[in-house]
Amino acid sequence: MSGDDESGWRFAQCFGDKGDVEDVTEADIISAVEFDETGDYLATGDKGGRVVLFERNEGKKGCEYKFYTEFQSHEPEFDYLKSLEIEEKINKIRWCKRQNAAHFLLSTNDKTIKLWKIFEKSIKVVAENNCSEGDGAVGRFTRDSLKLPKLVHHDTMIAAIPRKIYSNAHAYHINSISVNSDGETYLSADDLRINLWNLNVADQSFNIVDIKPVNMEELTEVITAAEFHPLSCNTFMYSSSKGTIKLADMRMAALCDQHAKLFEEEEDPQNKSFFSEIISSISDVKFTRDGRYIVSRDYLTLKVWDINMESKPVQTILIHDLRSKLCDLYENDCIFDKFECTVSGDGSHVLTGSYSNYFHIYDRNGKNDIVLQADKSAFKAKKAGSAKNKPTATVGKGKVSKKEELLNVDALDFGKKILHASWHPRENTVALAATNNLFLFQQV
Amino acid sequence: MAEATPMDTDPQQTENPDGMYPIAVLLDELKHDDVSLRLNAVRRLGTIALALGVERTREELVPFLDESIDDEDEVLLALAEELGSFVEYVGGPAYAHVLLLPLENLAAVEETVVRDKAVESLSKISTVFSPGQVEEHFLPLVKRLSSGDWFTSRTSACGLYAPVYDRCTPAIRDELRKGFSVLCRDDTPMVRRAAATNLSKMIGKVSKDHLIADLLPLFNGLSQDDQDSVRLLTVEALIAIAKVLSAPESKTHLLQVMRNLCSDKSWRVRYMVAEKFVEMSKAVGDVLVREELILAYVHVLKDSEAEVRTAAATQIPGFSALIDRDAILRNILPCVQTLVSDASQHVRASLATHITGLAPLLGKDNTIEHLLPLFLQLLKDEAPEVRLNIISKLDLVNNVIGIELLSQSLLPAIVELAEDKQWRVRLAIIENIPLLASHLGQDFFDEKLSNLCMQWLGDAVFSIREAATANLRKLTEVFGVDWAKRTIIPKVLELSSNQNYLYRMTTLFALTTLAQVVTPEVVKDLIVPTVITLSADPIPNIRFNVAKSFEQLTPILRKPELGNTLNGDVRGTLNKLNEDPDVDVRYYAHRALIAAQ
Repeated sequence: MSGDDESGWRFAQCFGDKGDVEDVTEADIISAVEFDETGDYLATGDKGGRVVLFERNEGKKGCEYKFYTEFQSHEPEFDYLKSLEIEEKINKIRWCKRQNAAHFLLSTNDKTIKLWKIFEKSIKVVAENNCSEGDGAVGRFTRDSLKLPKLVHHDTMIAAIPRKIYSNAHAYHINSISVNSDGETYLSADDLRINLWNLNVADQSFNIVDIKPVNMEELTEVITAAEFHPLSCNTFMYSSSKGTIKLADMRMAALCDQHAKLFEEEEDPQNKSFFSEIISSISDVKFTRDGRYIVSRDYLTLKVWDINMESKPVQTILIHDLRSKLCDLYENDCIFDKFECTVSGDGSHVLTGSYSNYFHIYDRNGKNDIVLQADKSAFKAKKAGSAKNKPTATVGKGKVSKKEELLNVDALDFGKKILHASWHPRENTVALAATNNLFLFQQV
Repeated sequence: MAEATPMDTDPQQTENPDGMYPIAVLLDELKHDDVSLRLNAVRRLGTIALALGVERTREELVPFLDESIDDEDEVLLALAEELGSFVEYVGGPAYAHVLLLPLENLAAVEETVVRDKAVESLSKISTVFSPGQVEEHFLPLVKRLSSGDWFTSRTSACGLYAPVYDRCTPAIRDELRKGFSVLCRDDTPMVRRAAATNLSKMIGKVSKDHLIADLLPLFNGLSQDDQDSVRLLTVEALIAIAKVLSAPESKTHLLQVMRNLCSDKSWRVRYMVAEKFVEMSKAVGDVLVREELILAYVHVLKDSEAEVRTAAATQIPGFSALIDRDAILRNILPCVQTLVSDASQHVRASLATHITGLAPLLGKDNTIEHLLPLFLQLLKDEAPEVRLNIISKLDLVNNVIGIELLSQSLLPAIVELAEDKQWRVRLAIIENIPLLASHLGQDFFDEKLSNLCMQWLGDAVFSIREAATANLRKLTEVFGVDWAKRTIIPKVLELSSNQNYLYRMTTLFALTTLAQVVTPEVVKDLIVPTVITLSADPIPNIRFNVAKSFEQLTPILRKPELGNTLNGDVRGTLNKLNEDPDVDVRYYAHRALIAAQ
């Protein structure tokens, strides 16, 4: 009983259809996972444009979640001017700070960002009023017989309404949204531009980064992700397909084309190949919660940067050594998979996904690699054994084969991948999207 | 009396039903499924309240409204607004406090506009409260909102301290200042922003001692806030404080903060400073302006961020008016000279709008020497907006250096712009022509500009042709009917036989417009015959415009001097058009005939 036992990570829950992966409905594939700032709620978005919310199940001990509500956030659209279909797929979900009993979150597809309000709505119906009898007798009413409509409580439901729709600001596909610490603005990034919005103003946004060359033939890089600094409201970062991360300060100028810091690692010219540029493209960047470190993910590695050191990452972790397989991965498009990364609430650990539904949890120093599999095996293991000791045994046993499989890259199933994940802000609980299933793992 | 009672109710029952039925409907609509009907009902709450009487309004309607808190924002907004003027319906000031209940809840909703309106209404109602009511009802509300769990109620609370402050006892005032200071240090930036916004209002209310002792530290704190969006709001408060303090006091207490704000790392803060520079300078007084702010202003004009320079440029005349001529020449002018060729066209556009304001301050000689070259450069700017802005402000310069000089130096540029590719630029020029004409005089105008004015009548853009006809009318007002008869009317008439139907159409429009300002004889002898000729035009568009033109001319044609024109030739023409093969022509002819009845 090795690593897992000590680490104590175990499978907790699985939501979604547990049937075979082969007959998954495209629309059910989860494309975004995000905990809110308290960790009491969890949101997922899928390719069908739906957002599903889960709520902490207070009745259970440990961190368990139950279905809260579901709503259709985006619908497929057609841009008649450009003759383009706009998919309903949810690219990102970000929760806003709570301001009252309701919950607010931003969800986005390729083009349109929406601010949703989710709240418990009491439905009341009019039980009594003046003209309900329908005779409408004009002479019936005197000052004293006038009455106020009487309402009775009918039902309570959880309603989701779009409070604001921020549209028509992105010419390219939106890849990121991030809420600012000032509580009133957020940014949205597409391939070439980053815009700044006021949450209260839907018809106006300010362009803060624009890397579109005058001549599109000179285009050499695109923006892949962007995020606000968690504490400093002026600072945000964005990553590019060239493997760079730029930190920009909005105080200096209205247009932040001049970055304040550039995090970039010199590439070893010896390793240069046809695929170098593709695999160095950063698929996700995150700040740790204190804003001190930046975690970035490219195709093969996870990098941890100290915000005060631009020249190289403090840690580079090889997630999966697929260098020998790049040709195949290019052929089947997997090389363009965009793996996300997520940081634990205390900033000490990072998580990112791989193939065959494996995911890795590292401590920030790159030691102590915990490999887990968000798969039906985990699910079945829990079902089979009593909660007390068997899971550990099963997972422990699984680990041996896991290590083998990881070394043997040919055995990896490239159809199963953990692209999206989110870490509970206060506890060691993680949520992962595995195709159409939402997995929760926790450390006990 | 016993007999009178049924007599009294009787007429009520026969008379009121008509009055009460709509009220019954309105009451029902307060809870209708259709939002627009609910909105309409809320907008007429006053009517409902009148019908219910003050007692039922207080006891039933107001509590009922409080239950509507989960409605659509637009309904809530209307409700918040209506409640602000509801005091009379609940029985006057003595009962005004019953309105606090629904407004308190409205002040805590998530939609900012609703909250703001609720705060506005609360402030409005608070003005009719007696000190007792303030203490008993209003202050507890302020306290509740200030300590609300969610920032929404706390932001609303920020706006409620100042309105009642001066009607409270000293002890309560102390408490209010304390409460407000807690909000200024709130964890949530939203609340601190609201506090910073309302700080200037508080400043106007408290005594000078309390200002220095209590509010100044708050102001200093906010001016060093981590959030740019909070710091930038303190510029307003700085102005408010400076207005209360004497000049030496301002220097002691505000100089450092002012310096910090002027050189803040965040351009948004500097932008705010730039935008309010004149106001700030006036508030702190001459001495500080001379010692400190001239240089600070120069810095702002040279800021690295274009947005800041744009805002700074708007303050040029205002700030220059506060300093002496030498200082303008020495400090401001060099910056202006740089800004004329600024890289950002928004900066140049802003400068173009405001630079002419320097002319009266510099006087004739300096304007000629220093400003004219800059004007010329702006007139030749590549951005049409810049050219437009400078043209529309040239009248200020005209007053200083006289039209002679202005026209000599600027006329070539203006003529060039009159043929600009951008029609909006041409339009701006046209709109300034009557003004120029009145200064230039007839001869000069005939020589230099009249051809231009005729040229516009044939412009490719309709708006220009339209503006050109209006221009002719204005010119006639300036130079008189004789001049028009001699110079422009013949040229317009000439166009009526042009090959291109658009020119003929323009003739028609020009004549119709000119008819309003020329003498009846001209109408009778020159205008009407030409219009009648055009009624036989092969293009239906022209023909129905003839009918429309006559419709517009009818009031003029009725004048006795015109004799039988209306009933004779004009009616004949219209009758003929009324049988035109084209349906539109018949339609307009018919309308004109009705007008001519």
